[in-house]
Parts: sequence; C-alpha cells; structure tokens
Amino acid sequence: MSVLARSRSAATALLPFALVLVVGVLLLISVSAPPLEVFRLIFQGALGSQAGLSTTLMVWVPLVLAAAGLVVTFTAGLWNIGIEGQIIVGAVAGALVARTVIGPPLLVIPLLILAGAVGGMLWGLLVGVLRVYGRVNEIFGGLGLFFVATGLVVYLVIGPWQRAGSASTSGTDLFRREAWLPRAGGWRFSWVALGLAVALVVGVYLLMRGTRFGLRLRAVGRNGRSAFLMGITTNRHLLAAFALCGALGGLGGALHAAGFHHKLVPAVSGGYGFLGILVVLLAGFRAVWIAPIAFFFAVISVGSTQLQLRLQLHSSLAGVLQGVLVLCALLVGGWQLRRAHLSRRRAEEGG
Amino acid sequence: MRTKWTWVVVLAVFALVVAACGDDAATTTTAAPTTTGAETTTTGAETTTTGPAEQLVFGMILVGPYNDRGWSQAHYEAGQYLEEKLGARMIYLDKVNTADRPETTVDQVAAQMIGEGAQLVFATSDDMRDGIELAAELYPDVPMVWSSGDSAWPEAGAAYRPDLANLANTMGRMEYGKMMAGCAAALSSEAGKIGFLGPLINAETLRLASAAYLGARYCWEEFRGEDPATLAFRVDWIGFWFHIPGLTIDPTQVANDFVDSGIDVIISGIDTTEALVVAGQRSAAGATVWAIPYDYHGACDEAPQVCLGVPYFNWNPAYLRLAQSVLDGTFRAEWEWFGPDWDDINNMETSGIGFLPGTALTGENLALLEQFIDGLADGSINLFTGPLNYQDGTPFLGDGEVATDVQVWFMEQLLEGMVGASRPS
Repeated sequence: MSVLARSRSAATALLPFALVLVVGVLLLISVSAPPLEVFRLIFQGALGSQAGLSTTLMVWVPLVLAAAGLVVTFTAGLWNIGIEGQIIVGAVAGALVARTVIGPPLLVIPLLILAGAVGGMLWGLLVGVLRVYGRVNEIFGGLGLFFVATGLVVYLVIGPWQRAGSASTSGTDLFRREAWLPRAGGWRFSWVALGLAVALVVGVYLLMRGTRFGLRLRAVGRNGRSAFLMGITTNRHLLAAFALCGALGGLGGALHAAGFHHKLVPAVSGGYGFLGILVVLLAGFRAVWIAPIAFFFAVISVGSTQLQLRLQLHSSLAGVLQGVLVLCALLVGGWQLRRAHLSRRRAEEGG
Repeated sequence: MRTKWTWVVVLAVFALVVAACGDDAATTTTAAPTTTGAETTTTGAETTTTGPAEQLVFGMILVGPYNDRGWSQAHYEAGQYLEEKLGARMIYLDKVNTADRPETTVDQVAAQMIGEGAQLVFATSDDMRDGIELAAELYPDVPMVWSSGDSAWPEAGAAYRPDLANLANTMGRMEYGKMMAGCAAALSSEAGKIGFLGPLINAETLRLASAAYLGARYCWEEFRGEDPATLAFRVDWIGFWFHIPGLTIDPTQVANDFVDSGIDVIISGIDTTEALVVAGQRSAAGATVWAIPYDYHGACDEAPQVCLGVPYFNWNPAYLRLAQSVLDGTFRAEWEWFGPDWDDINNMETSGIGFLPGTALTGENLALLEQFIDGLADGSINLFTGPLNYQDGTPFLGDGEVATDVQVWFMEQLLEGMVGASRPS
C-alpha cells in the first residue's frame, strides 16, 4: 500500500471520530459546559481511581457479554432485541441459586454462573422457537418476552422474594456473602466475572472467524434460502444462535447480580442489552471491535456521574451526549458504506 | 492494514484529549481538607469565616430528582441550608436508584464523594440501606447518616448494626404531619371518602398511612360528629417511592382511579406530586376533588387551588446538628426521631416537621385544624392510644394502652377500618 493510500485510509477512519468529537464539543458548549473539563472528568471518574476502574470493569462485563452474544445473532441475520429479557432471566436464575443453595462459594458461584447461562439460554431459545416454528418475528417475540421477564422480576422482588416486612420494587435482600463474586484483593471488581467475559469474547471471535459453524451461520445470515439449498440446517443454526446469545446475556445478568448489586433488582439488565446492540452496530458486527467499544461505553456511563458531582450538570446530559455520539458514528458509518458501494460500482462500470 | 491504522487513529485522538486536559488534573484533586484536628477547636460560627481549607465538605445522596417538589428536594434544600449556615460545600448526586442509574450503587457513590473530600455523607432514602451500610463498613472513619433508617437504634432488633460506629440515623415524627393531613382531609371531604396514594409497603409507610387514618377518623368523629364507620379510607400502593415506568404502578393512574371511584380527597404518601396534579386537572374538568401532597414545604405550588395543605419534613435543624457534631468531633452513631417544634411547627430554624395549610382549606376548617394541632401539641390528643386493632382484627394496642416508639415505628399492618393491602398479595 502506498503512503498516499495509507494516509487516505487513515483519514477516512479518523472522520467518524473527528465528527463525533466536534459534535460532542458543540453540544457541550451549547449547554455551557466546558468540553475539555467534561471529557477529563468522565475519563478520570471512570479510570482514575480504583473504585472508578472497578465499577467500569463490572459494567463492561454484562455489556460486552451481551454484545458478544449479539454478534452471533447478527451474523445469523437476526435482530435479537430480546437480549435485555435474556439478561434479566439469567439474573433471576442466578438469584434463585444464590437464595436456595447453601454451601461454600466454590459450590454456589459455579452453580450460579451456570444457572445464569442456562436461564438466559432458555429465554433466548424461546424467542428462537417462536421465530422458527411460530413465524413470530424475533423483534416482536424478543420484545414481548422482555416485558414478560420484567413482569417476572418485579413480581419476584415485590412478592415471593420480598425483603422481610417490606414490599418494594427496589430489590431483594442481599445475597449471602458466599454468593458474592470474590473481589480482586483491595479492588472491587471480580476476576471471575472479568476472566469469563474476556474468555468468552475471545471464544466468540474464534467461533465466528475460524469455525465451520461460524461460516455456516454467516451463510444463513446472508441468505437463508440459498444456505438451506446448499444443505445447511438453517433452523438449527438459527436456534443455536439464539441459544448462544441468550446464554451469554444471561451469564452477564447473573454475574452482574452476584458481583455488582449483590442482590436481585428489577433493573438488573440496566439497559446493557440495548446498549449492546449499539456496540455491535458501531463495531460493524465484528467481534474484534466489541471489547474496546463496550469499554468506551462503560467509561462514559460510569464517568458521567462526575458531571453532576463536580460540575452540577444535569444528570441526563451524559445520556444525550452518548446518544448523539452513537448517532454521529452510525451516520458516518452509513455514509462511508454508501461511498464505498458507489465507488465500487463506478469502478465496475468504468472497467 | 486498515484495521491497524484505525487503531492508531483512535489511540491518537484519545491521547490528544487526555493530554489536552491532563495537566490540571493533579491540581484539582488536592482540594480535600488536610487535617480534622484543627477543626475540632473551632466553633461552627467561626468556621464560616475561615478559608476553604477548613470548610466542611459533605455528600448528599438523593433517591429522586433534586427538584421533585417532594422528598428529595427537602433534603437538597437542607443541604443548601448547611452551605449557607456553615459555609460548607455540598456534593450531591440525585436519582440514585437502580432504575435511573444502573451503573451506580450507593456505596460507590459514597466512595466517590469521600474521594472528593466529603467528611460526612447523607444517604437520604430507606432504599439505601444496603449501600450505606456497606459504605460505612468500607470507610469506618467517615461519619455517615442514613435518613429514615434504624441501623443505629438498639431497639431495632435485627436491623440494629452496633458494628457500624460511624452510621447515624435521623427521621422525623411525620405521624403528626400525617394526622394533620388526615384531619384536613376529613374536615373537607364531602363524600366521606379519602384515598391514600401509598408508595411501597414497609413499616414506615404502614405507620404513616395509619397515622393519616387516625387523624381523619378523629376529626370526622369529633369535629363533624359523624360515625367513624361511615368514613371510607382506601390505600393503594404503587411499589416504590416514585413512579418508575415499567416497574411501578403509575401514580397518575391510581389518583385518577381514586377520583373515578368517588374519592374527593387524595392524601399523597409518595415522593412526588402526582396526586396534587391529578386533583388539579380533574377539578379543572369539573370534579370536586382536593389533594394533600407530602414531604416538601413548597409542594402545594403545582395546584394551589385544590391543595388543602402539606405535611412536610424540614431537615434543616437535624442536619445542622449532625454537621455541627462532625465539626466539633462529637459525632456519634445514634438514632434520632425528631418531632415538630410545637411552639411554631412552621419555624424553619427549629421545627423538623411542619404543616402548611393550603388555600383550598376553608377558614372554618382551618380553625378546626388548628384546634386539632393544639391538642396534639399539648398532649391532650394522642391518637396512638388503644384500643386499636390491626386490619385483620388482631390487637395492636389494648384499651388505654399508649404506643411506645418501638410499636409505632414497627407497625405490621394497616389499622382496622382501612381498606387496602397490608402485605403484598
């Protein structure tokens, strides 16, 4: 590649980030917030202290797991909007273990993790079954089952699993300490959660890139009918994608309940599933990018607490900023795709 | 190749951002006060004139929006009062609950505030028990206050945490405020039907709903000469202190249901003002309905024409005492349950519980309400006196028995005569 071509490709890659920065700065100036100070506070809040970094890592875990799962479903051409529900059901299953299994951490925690993955997997499979055998589009099925999961968790928290003498949607009693994920020394994140997340993200990357299953899934996603005619068991692959995605999401939910909240709260999914969809879109559906992008989102959501603590900025500003950044990145991404498409067509016509 | 370049660019951009503002990072984080020893020798009055080095920095963790015209705003304004009185500096974070801020827990917020120099942290919701107890464990040298809690009360049974020597509790005797609210409601109701818009079910909310009922029943019987059996008092719970779409029942819906069922006075038990807003709307549409908001002295402002008054917390005196004790080095992990200043319940310097009559309360009813308040003040009226039964008929207080603090604090059910759930179904 020539120097010129290199610098051109660098410039195209830079463009979304430059645009995002400019728009972000303009937005901040428009609400008379000092932009540099805002970015500095966000990064310092999320990364500048043990507590901040620990929180960022613990937020990253469910987010990156959801995103990894979504890479699988997106590859299969599926919009698994129901990921949020799969996270919730995973957390519920984990909480069930935490509440019922009495024993040492070495017994409780593996069981809890397994339960989370199985719970999420079943909920994901349900969406898949509705799609494959019931002809219910996975967007509607997933959304519907998300509402069911929310109803379930609210019912459990305010009903059978309520705190003694209280009925509040704020959450169950804290789990017994044996069911808390062990912390890393003086740090407040858990190696168990972090290690699992890293291993599984790498696993999904390898699965999508280097295996026959990944290739077939891609074929199903590109064109289900021709894949079927080529002899790929389309339905089985779709179901497998849902199961895998649900398991990853559910695992994230269980880890988040046991490692972060230490109890079951109705908002345990925290929007990480929906955010995960954005992560995957921004990553262009490629597994290799989801870890850093998810980390970036974790930094913004954790660090933005500082904006109110230090600058007294309105607490919803971070959400607005995040939304604007995503929108910009998607717009630029779409525009680049379109340009690439056009220039390819021009080259074909010209040639 | 392209991937590699993209990486370089991303890193370069972030490096630029960090570098551009990295140099002043070190200076801003050193603002925390250095010693506490010097402060113990100065009095509160003196600290107002000293420089920022000896300034009290305190954290205020709010469960709802700081401007909710309810529970959270009352705490926020008490924080501003401390800033004004002591020259202190408040660090606050609002909407600290898992639905609004899923990435945050109370102990982490406390840790961040301490990291910024807070020498005292207020956790101002019943909902924050787990988080503030954990924070008190992790930072045993930092004084903390859990408002509305009972972790520092030896009488609190399993809730008592003697190991947390840095966690104090404070709460107001809002029973009195709720009794006044109930009385105003019973005096004004034409239909004899009162609705209580309840938050979640716990000992505190059972206590306050019951107090409102006792006030209503007393004034219905004594001032209006009606049979208590003809007074309808219904309690509906939404599931949390305020509306969280998707997770709680919508209080606007509940308030409208109240009006549709013929209830003409709604007493709010939640942190926000939906009851008053709905009453204002329905009244404008021709219905006869009033409301009594809660928590915040300015709560009537959203619909004064239908507001019968508001029982409110004034956290100023309690928070000033606590902050002063930190400055003096006399802070202790104690539980306190402060009452109104009966000489003037609306004195913002001295009275922790107040009741501001609303413009919708008639002059005649206001006079009766004042008579009732006088009775509460001189002790001639004590509504937590037996015989009183719980909702299911089990005795709460025997004949002539006066409830102890423990009995009132830990109510187990609504009272007999009230309609509504004492426990989740």
